[in-house]
Amino acid sequence: MSDKVVAELQEPTPSVGDGGPDMIQLLTPEGQRVSHPDYDRYVENLSADDLRSFYRDLVLIRRLDAEGYALQRQGELGLWPSLLGQEAAQVGSGRALRPHDFVFPTYREHGVGFVRGMDPQSSLQLFRGVSQGGWDPQENNFHLYTIVIGAQALHATGYAMGVKMDGNVGTGDPDRDTAVICYFGDGASSQGDVNEAFVYAASFDAPVVFFCQNNQWAISEPVTKQTRIPLFQRAAGFGFRGIRVDGNDILATYAVTQHALDEARSGNGPLLVEAYTYRMGAHTTADDPTKYRVSAEVEEWKFRDPILRLKTYLAHEGMADESFFTAVDAEADVFAAELREGCVTMKTMPGETMWDHVYAEDHPVMEAERAAFKAYQASFEEAI
Amino acid sequence: MAVEKVTLGKSITSGLRKAMERDPKVVLIGEDIGKLGGVFRITEGLQKDFGEDRVIDSPLAESGIVGTAVGMALRGYRPVCEIQFDGFVYPAFDQIVSQVAKLHARGLGAVKMPMVIRIPFGGGIGSPEHHSESPEAYFAHTAGLRTVACSNPEDAHWMIQQAIECDDPVIFFEPKRRYHDRAEYDTDAGSAPRGLFDAHVVRAGTDVTLLGYGPVVKTMLEAAAAAESEGTSIEVIDLRSLSPLPIATVVESVRKTGRLVCVQEASSFLGMASEISAQVTEQCFYDLEAPVIRVAGANIPYPPSRMEDDFLPDLDRILDGVDRALAY
Repeated sequence: MSDKVVAELQEPTPSVGDGGPDMIQLLTPEGQRVSHPDYDRYVENLSADDLRSFYRDLVLIRRLDAEGYALQRQGELGLWPSLLGQEAAQVGSGRALRPHDFVFPTYREHGVGFVRGMDPQSSLQLFRGVSQGGWDPQENNFHLYTIVIGAQALHATGYAMGVKMDGNVGTGDPDRDTAVICYFGDGASSQGDVNEAFVYAASFDAPVVFFCQNNQWAISEPVTKQTRIPLFQRAAGFGFRGIRVDGNDILATYAVTQHALDEARSGNGPLLVEAYTYRMGAHTTADDPTKYRVSAEVEEWKFRDPILRLKTYLAHEGMADESFFTAVDAEADVFAAELREGCVTMKTMPGETMWDHVYAEDHPVMEAERAAFKAYQASFEEAI
Repeated sequence: MAVEKVTLGKSITSGLRKAMERDPKVVLIGEDIGKLGGVFRITEGLQKDFGEDRVIDSPLAESGIVGTAVGMALRGYRPVCEIQFDGFVYPAFDQIVSQVAKLHARGLGAVKMPMVIRIPFGGGIGSPEHHSESPEAYFAHTAGLRTVACSNPEDAHWMIQQAIECDDPVIFFEPKRRYHDRAEYDTDAGSAPRGLFDAHVVRAGTDVTLLGYGPVVKTMLEAAAAAESEGTSIEVIDLRSLSPLPIATVVESVRKTGRLVCVQEASSFLGMASEISAQVTEQCFYDLEAPVIRVAGANIPYPPSRMEDDFLPDLDRILDGVDRALAY
């Protein structure tokens, strides 16, 4: 055990800190590009157009999140889990994926879904209560949201075992080699399923990247309740590498995730990425973070804002001017209006459809209950 | 025709083998199922013939067995999970009831979960705790799962193949104390004698319907034979499918006999017998000559093995149940 780990065990830090010296960063909170010997190569081919599109994604995703919040407060959604502050972790990692890679999200990955090409309305369906998921995971290789904490880590691992059994790992053919990415949070790192997933992934050399967004808080519990060591170091105990990346730095999350996915696709087994970030808002709209965390901490993280950071960089490097930023804001306005319209006009399915997709094959109990329900409803019409 | 006399255990082995030969997407995963062939030797020889990718020795983590099988199913495989003993399924319970059961509904039909979870169940083998449980009601209670139990070699052979072919997840209960029972049947038959989700009237009778599944079916047949010598004609139903419940077969029988005795090893409270009792009462109220009688395990944790004979429904307790039904 390193001296550093021993020191941390003796003195668990009460503050969420700055990620420490092991954290990969390519863009400082002030928006300055810093060099990293291992990760520069993953971003050096990015054009100004690419960087502007990163910025656009960040802004649109933040807007989607703001709309989700507002729609919940207006009674249009039952609940909304906000991703405010985690935009760079999601867009950066999501943009590093290839189309045939497969994503296993938790319930907060609206940003990853967006960059995978999902209809932004899809994220709202579950929280509006018109379906318990409702999209076909095969369309964008983006699995259904998983609400049970960490359960999807095993699904991702099993899927990756399947990828390997298919022979789609380590062939050297970029159109064939496939990686799987699994998103979860710092709280989920305590779950048995996540730890079992680590064991299975390591034992079977599964091509899966575990992408932990450490946003410092699992509802009201700080990350110090989940772990006594930095989360990325957990991987070593399972026999694979862990990397901590600045989750508010889109260049770094893009670079580190690409590296991790390349490793998985090449057959070098699983990898854990800890994106060190912060949940700026509440856990969900049902939560009140003022009961358990101090505002000074939130204020501190405002200076590490992922969008402002990229904006400063783009402006300073002359890659974008005020008209570009204004145009993105205007696009976000239109995007938000469409989102709102789509949400409030979302149709609730007729009650009799509740029995439609419980089973794939005919099931006599479903048929009988559906028929009884329809007859019962029809009896009211007859009474009139 | 290839009539063979095989044990229930080996009839599952041959069923698994046939399913794996037929469909290269069928994979097995579980603890000790490779070289050892499982603690009950059900997968014996399969890893040697199909390789380590298709007969996967898993780490000792049951949630992992089922959870990774979910991922494999999403990738287009048809995983068959082996849970070593009934009492070991609980660590996988969340994956089964929260994920396996619900993914098809969550995806509005876009996602299929064609997987089988094999669980040796029931008591009578002299084992310590967690090795003799009857957890079927938990799974039968959960929508999205199909739950079946085999009782004899021929059914076991066909039912396992049908379960693997089913596009829904099937919880497949195997009566572990019957693994070594032998029977003759035709293994080359073009099709199974009956559907996976159909109950089977294994003995016709007129006075009382005796219903059960899994390990108690053999005991019920012994009870029916004993009763016949005393002049009572008992109809015996092997339920086979616990969910969906093949209630029509039960109702038809009860309308004929007017009496129903339900047998299960599981504790009586809120078990299969309770559900059947409720449904039969709703559908056959005017046909019943007596209340539905339950012969079941006590409502206690499974007892130490030297006391299990007092816990399990045996010939005498089943006949006592029949007598109680006839007393009305």
